[in-house]
Amino acid sequence: MSAVIDVAEVNKTFKLHYERNQSLKERLLHPRSGRTEIFQALRDISFTVGEGETVGIVGHNGSGKSTLLKCICGVLQPTSGSIRLRGNLAALLELGAGFQVELSGRDNVYLYGTMLGFSKKRIDQIFDEIVAFSEIENFIDTQVKFYSSGMYVRLAFAVAVNVNPDILVVDEVLAVGDERFQAKCIDRIRRFQGEGKSILLVTHSADQVRALCDRAVVLDGGRMIANGDVADSLRIFRDALMQETVAHQDVTDLADISVDSVTTPEGSFDVRTGAAMRFDVHLTSATAYSGNFVFEVYSRDGVLVNRSDRQGAPVNLRPGANVVTVDVDNVPLLDGVFDVNVGIVDERGSNVKAWSEKVATLQVTYGGREGGLVELHPVIRHN
Amino acid sequence: MSDASPAKGRSASANTAAVRVVSARVGLGQRLRNLWERRELLRNLIVSDIRIQYKGSVLGVVWSMLSPAFTLGIYFLVFSIFLKNGIPHFVIYLASGLVVWNMFFSGVMTATSVIVDRAGLVKKVSFPREILPLSNVGSAVVYFLIQLGVLLIFTAALHHAPDWQFFLVLPISFACLYFFTAAMAIVMSALTVYLRDLKHLTAVALQLWFYLTPIVYSYENSLSAPLHQHGLTDLYFLNPITLVALTFQRTFYVSTTVTSTVSHQALSLLPTWGFNAYVERNLLCLAFMLVLFLLALMLFGRLEGNFESEL
Repeated sequence: MSAVIDVAEVNKTFKLHYERNQSLKERLLHPRSGRTEIFQALRDISFTVGEGETVGIVGHNGSGKSTLLKCICGVLQPTSGSIRLRGNLAALLELGAGFQVELSGRDNVYLYGTMLGFSKKRIDQIFDEIVAFSEIENFIDTQVKFYSSGMYVRLAFAVAVNVNPDILVVDEVLAVGDERFQAKCIDRIRRFQGEGKSILLVTHSADQVRALCDRAVVLDGGRMIANGDVADSLRIFRDALMQETVAHQDVTDLADISVDSVTTPEGSFDVRTGAAMRFDVHLTSATAYSGNFVFEVYSRDGVLVNRSDRQGAPVNLRPGANVVTVDVDNVPLLDGVFDVNVGIVDERGSNVKAWSEKVATLQVTYGGREGGLVELHPVIRHN
Repeated sequence: MSDASPAKGRSASANTAAVRVVSARVGLGQRLRNLWERRELLRNLIVSDIRIQYKGSVLGVVWSMLSPAFTLGIYFLVFSIFLKNGIPHFVIYLASGLVVWNMFFSGVMTATSVIVDRAGLVKKVSFPREILPLSNVGSAVVYFLIQLGVLLIFTAALHHAPDWQFFLVLPISFACLYFFTAAMAIVMSALTVYLRDLKHLTAVALQLWFYLTPIVYSYENSLSAPLHQHGLTDLYFLNPITLVALTFQRTFYVSTTVTSTVSHQALSLLPTWGFNAYVERNLLCLAFMLVLFLLALMLFGRLEGNFESEL
């Protein structure tokens, strides 16, 4: 597989000015005043994205993922190192950043399209497709300043994905638009994948990475701490997040909890659809801790099948070994293999204290004829 | 730098397997190539710039002729009627210098703040940033052409025949003007990101510059002798706009010496250089302006690396 994006030893430093003097007078009068600090946003980042691959970049706020993305798109120049791109790249950094609100939607499609690097001829060919995708046929000749924010974003997204770039770079833009449009965007991205295009997706959402990506790169403090299989990378991402949380807690609030193992009374994780199932989760806690227990089930395609209520399962852990029991009365899953993640979060359900991915693998067997993920027993009558 | 990596057979990307390298420095050759590749964007930016300028106004693009006409009228009133400079057909003399000045002024003035004003775009979308100031210069060229058309109609209406031979020099002279304006626009737009005062400073500096250029007065008549006396002639001609303005005046106004309408004495208005002298001077000027333009691009390349963090 040949690399479409090749990031080689990229570093980016910013000079941070305190008390910045931007006026000429200030600069002339106090040429040296104001401290300057060098901030290294990216350190020695190297990775490649192959043809037809979808790679997720995850990291918490300030980890450098947006900086990296901007470097790849060419908005920022790396301080050292280089990035090689093969083919056209369309970047969805901020939808509609190139729009001129005084102009009509039609003019903006052309302006934005050429800004992304596509020819007028190309845009002529796909103009109707763009308009149809954005669903604003009736307003295409209206000035963009009269658009609702949803229309604005839809039009921008429609241009970027329909000009048919070889590489698509998406920065957390899937969070916009209503749910139906989001589904349409995801659908479009999947079609893209089907066409063998490369996609770079930046997101906070582990679910989105699981659902869309082949591989994930994890950034932390400007360093790349993982680059590989989605599940492995996400585990490292969660670990990093946890360390962060721990570092910010008071000493008394320190919870040193680890998930040791998950067992079942039967000793196996094979289950029939409709049967009851019990999981015993063995945890070790260094101190007494009160929080909530979280239980997740994922399908092998990375679809989140269920996440238990993060605030609805209080546990009071004792120092030492603990066992938390999870009972499922009636497993509704159809056949397939499912992964189980468990963890401990704080009382508000917001901070992760302990997390373990894929602690158990469920093998579900189903004797019926329904298809899909869950058993619904729909009752169908003909009146 | 761009060794074409072998295009792969099956996929759609095979035919457009252009390799692009993002690195700390972009060479001058690459900059020019990028600019050329994105000429369509430049065109679109110019068109939208002009459309936005006159959107919603009743008279629309007519304003691009009306406002220079008003300026022309005011200068004519002041210099020809109040101050009685005695130059016959002063309107044509004035207009041929003003079209040159207006192009320079509007190009540089609008470009100075363009990168700061469009920070949202610069921070989010990747394209050669020089295109922004160049699009301002492009709009200035469009207005220049409109005004030049009006000037031609004017000369025809006043039965004042231009010197057709000099139309051969005009393209060279215009190229000088274009590259000088572009160089200034590119440099100013980048510097303003770091020093916001430049926006105001430029406005003031351009005002002085206007009077250092022979547009509302005649170089030969008022400045030639004293400048020569103090050995400042060369310094005065360092201003490329002067040469361009003189060339345009020579082309459209034609007469180097006229009879004053006030004192009825001979007035020497324009330098008595021959046609060849104009060609030579303009070609020399063009060579310098091209070098200046390339230097401006290089300086811009140095400065653009930190745009994102300075905006």
